[in-house]
Amino acid sequence: MIEELASTFPILTCILFLPVIGAVVLWLFDDEDMVRTSALAIALLELALCVFVLLRFVPESAAMQFSEHVPWIPALGISYHLAVDGISVLFVGLTAFLTVLIVIYSWDTVRHQVKLYMMALLALETTVMGVFISIDLILFFVFWELMLIPSYFLIKLWGGGAERHYAALKFVLYTLLGSVFMLVGIVLLDINYHQWATLRHIEPTYSFDLLDLLSVPIPFGQQVLIFWLLFLGFAFKAPVFPFHTWLPDALFEGPIGMAVVLGGLKLGTFGFIRFSIPLLPDASKSQTVVSIIMALGLAAVLYGAILALVQQDLRRLLAFSSISHLGFVVIGLFALNFQGLQGSLLTMINLGFSTAGLFFIAGFLYSRQQSTQLGSLGGMAKQTPLIACFFLFLGLAGIGLPGTGSFVGEFLILLGAFKANWIYGAIAVTGVILSAAYFLWYYERSMLGPLGKAVKDSIRDLHPREILIASALSLMILWIGLYPSPFLKMMNGSVQALVDRLERGTVASLEPKQPVRVD
Amino acid sequence: MTDLLIQLIPLFPLLAVILNGLLGTRYSHDFAHRLAWGSVGLSFLCTVGVFVDILRTGTAHEVIAYRWIFGGDLTVNLAYLVDPLTCIMLLVVTGVGLLIHIYSVGYMHGEAGFTRFFTYMNLFMVSMLLLVMGNNYVVLFIGWEGVGLCSYLLIGYYYTKVSAAKAASKAFVVNRIGDAGFLLAIFLIFINFKTLDYTKVFAQVGQLSPEMATAIALCLLVGAIGKSAQLPLYTWLPDAMEGPTPVSALIHAATMVTAGVYMIVRNHAIFDLSPTAMTTVGVIGGLTALFAATIGLVQTDIKRVLAYSTVSQLGYMFLGCGIGAYTAAVFHLVTHAFFKALLFLTAGSVIHALSGEQDIRKMGGLKSKIPWTYRMFLVGTIAIAGIPPLAGFWSKDEILAHAFTNHHYMLYGMAAVAALLTSFYMFRLVYLTFYGTSRMDHHTEEHVHESPMVMVGPLLALGVLSILGGFMGFPPDQGWLHQFLAPVAGAVGEHEVSTGLVLTLMMVATGIALIGWGLAHYFYSVNPSMPDRLAEQFQTAYTTVLNKYYVDELYDLLWVEPTKKLGLLFDWFDRTVIDGLVRSVAQAADWAAAGSTWAEKYVIYGGLNIIGYGNHLAARQWRQLQSGMVHHYAAIIVAGLFLLAVIIQFIVQL
Repeated sequence: MIEELASTFPILTCILFLPVIGAVVLWLFDDEDMVRTSALAIALLELALCVFVLLRFVPESAAMQFSEHVPWIPALGISYHLAVDGISVLFVGLTAFLTVLIVIYSWDTVRHQVKLYMMALLALETTVMGVFISIDLILFFVFWELMLIPSYFLIKLWGGGAERHYAALKFVLYTLLGSVFMLVGIVLLDINYHQWATLRHIEPTYSFDLLDLLSVPIPFGQQVLIFWLLFLGFAFKAPVFPFHTWLPDALFEGPIGMAVVLGGLKLGTFGFIRFSIPLLPDASKSQTVVSIIMALGLAAVLYGAILALVQQDLRRLLAFSSISHLGFVVIGLFALNFQGLQGSLLTMINLGFSTAGLFFIAGFLYSRQQSTQLGSLGGMAKQTPLIACFFLFLGLAGIGLPGTGSFVGEFLILLGAFKANWIYGAIAVTGVILSAAYFLWYYERSMLGPLGKAVKDSIRDLHPREILIASALSLMILWIGLYPSPFLKMMNGSVQALVDRLERGTVASLEPKQPVRVD
Repeated sequence: MTDLLIQLIPLFPLLAVILNGLLGTRYSHDFAHRLAWGSVGLSFLCTVGVFVDILRTGTAHEVIAYRWIFGGDLTVNLAYLVDPLTCIMLLVVTGVGLLIHIYSVGYMHGEAGFTRFFTYMNLFMVSMLLLVMGNNYVVLFIGWEGVGLCSYLLIGYYYTKVSAAKAASKAFVVNRIGDAGFLLAIFLIFINFKTLDYTKVFAQVGQLSPEMATAIALCLLVGAIGKSAQLPLYTWLPDAMEGPTPVSALIHAATMVTAGVYMIVRNHAIFDLSPTAMTTVGVIGGLTALFAATIGLVQTDIKRVLAYSTVSQLGYMFLGCGIGAYTAAVFHLVTHAFFKALLFLTAGSVIHALSGEQDIRKMGGLKSKIPWTYRMFLVGTIAIAGIPPLAGFWSKDEILAHAFTNHHYMLYGMAAVAALLTSFYMFRLVYLTFYGTSRMDHHTEEHVHESPMVMVGPLLALGVLSILGGFMGFPPDQGWLHQFLAPVAGAVGEHEVSTGLVLTLMMVATGIALIGWGLAHYFYSVNPSMPDRLAEQFQTAYTTVLNKYYVDELYDLLWVEPTKKLGLLFDWFDRTVIDGLVRSVAQAADWAAAGSTWAEKYVIYGGLNIIGYGNHLAARQWRQLQSGMVHHYAAIIVAGLFLLAVIIQFIVQL
């Protein structure tokens, strides 16, 4: 009875809408403490639901699970279709986890318009969740666009920098521009599906459903065209070099909470592995596409790392290191083999912990020194040993030290890239050296040596709430680093299916047993 | 039973790390250090247990702890392989490690970061144990980078000192260059063998093409060069002396820096396939041995002399590997661990006695004031100089003899000259530190004292090992060590060498060492003004060597500065070119918008005016939508999409 209830319970819908409904509920409160407590309660409840999904998720399977499918605009083939599989399920948990931490972090660091801030944050969580669990492409697109609204306000209203208005506008316009191309790509996918469906008398004749779109072949030329259209959408968002200039601005000018979301949740590269590669396998593995994207990825790895080396501000450094890390992810994805895809997926999750953690560190420093510039730091290990300790750990996690999750991810990416073409692996591996250099050099100048002149005498070490944030992230990093088995098992089924699909291309998908569809 | 013991070996120090790391501030230093060396002691006991078992049965043990990274065609277990080679390494790591831990209790007494020090040391033990115990390359790599991290942490132990912080970063980054090479080797191995487990790789090593074997071996060598501080990546090791002296003894002399040698010996099946790689290993070893020894001649910091000596001795081990004398290399690794740990710890005892003074120009005449330290330093010096029957003689002579009998005369020559220099600079240290008249300032001199028993005890133990340790490899090529290692390092002694030749080579080696001693005696005891006069006479050569051949400056000029400049250039490029493009696109859009507004106003509205004022009002309403507010745009897109959908739905239903 309970089993039956559990299997029909629309848990993904709950996960999707709980935060936004919670945001509306927050509106009713006036007391700021009440707002904070309720926001935390909602975020925690959301996390509990996500953990439930993770626990009940069947590992080593490529199937879409917890699927909910309701027609929305049937004439257009648009449906409300939610589901998670090995590719997306971990992101759901990660999003909920990070949101809880952001709420905790914002407890006393956000001082004005607390209610609006929490509402925007929760609304943002809904839209991000929507991006991760939508199977219908229009539904996905709607959330992709809606995400911009709370993001815009978060950067514009609660950003700390003088240029925050500019940064917010830049971020939004950049993403919007990309998504215009993406929308055209999505419509082309639908048209292609329609042609096949009418030819073979398949119902429905229009569909934006990923699973339907996967079941029809796409001519190669069409695939390449759609690939580049989608690429622009995802690459602007990721951001992939050279479309990255909004990122340093948004991360530097915006509030820490937003930086955690932008730096921690790799939506753009998720788009590649969720849609581009499975929908357009022949284009994805074509020589031209692979060469161009690998070149961009490698350029990003080196360019980001070398730029990070000379940054004076921690948040700008983290922005460029993010660009470098995204280069790694892109390389792994377009290695198009098991290790590459698996490693990229795992790295995206890892960065959610390590990069997000480093942004929290930047936040800790900012709330003490009102700046993350080198000039206002220096020799802080003596005064604030806990900050120094977590900064070091999270930073080492960022540069892929064995024992942290990033090592597992980066190792798999490099191995995958090396398998695809040894040149790629050999170039990418230099990123390992540069990343150590930029992080340790910054760490040395900000934390070690004699105490900086600008460091306040009254500076205090982490308080319990901050310790909670840093240790929660550190524990996750160690877990994935030392015993990644549960995480790998969850993703392996879907990754294998993706590899198989890449091998066969789209034409073979007409075989009746494909695609795997569990509704 | 043995399998359980093997699993326990790295767990004890790990437990100590967790306890001391998390709760170290809650309890006394006494409890913290007991936990620290106690855990290493337990690991040592387990190691002895495993060793006895392997000695008895002669079988290697493979234990899988759990499945670590897997998926597709890759499976990497967290698993251990304990064979004779690992056994020897384990005994050195836990045995010498235990002695150094005990010594540290005295040496670090009263330091503010006492518990932190032991936490790092234990973490180092865990990493080093994983390094030597792993049954595959990835576990080796965890240990490999793990010891690098601990080295970083311990070099930077006095983190408020700028030089210490810089030295720490330098060590890590230079090591990472090696690590990158090692990673490439791992990938090549996986692509060729579809597995990363030693036993499976070595079982099918025969199918490797010579070119591929060369590629893998050279990539491995890059890793080994970084970790073992060989040319051209040795520059971090002398700087690493910023760490506390027990760290230099444990990490930068006895264990971590020998990891490269261990790795080459472990992979000798691959190296054996490639004469090119073997020659490279040998030449790098020989050059490093000679090069570092020359720098050691003129350094004035007692620890730095020992550091260059370590680089030089590691060169001997590489040379041994390069000529295929793997057992001799391991032999020298073991004896070196004994006498170099002893030398560092006695140097630490000297520094301790002199309240932190490390400059040998400010020492002298300490012989009678710290007698046990003096005796033990002398033992270490005789051992490293290669005077029989102490440990260093047997192992070093074996490498020299192999070089000679296998007709590598060039390498033999380099090694022999390096041996002369070694003997010279080591006895130079002895004379400058312990003999002659005191050059200390009055204040320091008053406080000179012999170290406490907790420090002298480990010195005595290492002293005994330095005296007797050579007999594990006696008689040469037929000793116990050779029999024990034969299953892993391969049988030795293919060449039938006459006893006469062996004895002659031994006599030559002893003669070289004695000449070095004699020269040092003449320079620093009989005729103390001689060195200064020579330095004056060969001014250029002297300053070049004193400044370590300006290699650090060269690397700065070649790599560090250009990279920073490139960073600044990219920064400019990013702001002006890439972001400039973005801005100009935005600017163009802005102009286009202004243009269309103009067109709207005068062209369209003009037309619209003809239609009527009502329409004009509507147009104004529409224009308000173009508010520049992004959320409006987004809302319009969604609404428009919805409208579009409704319209199309309507049409379709018709």
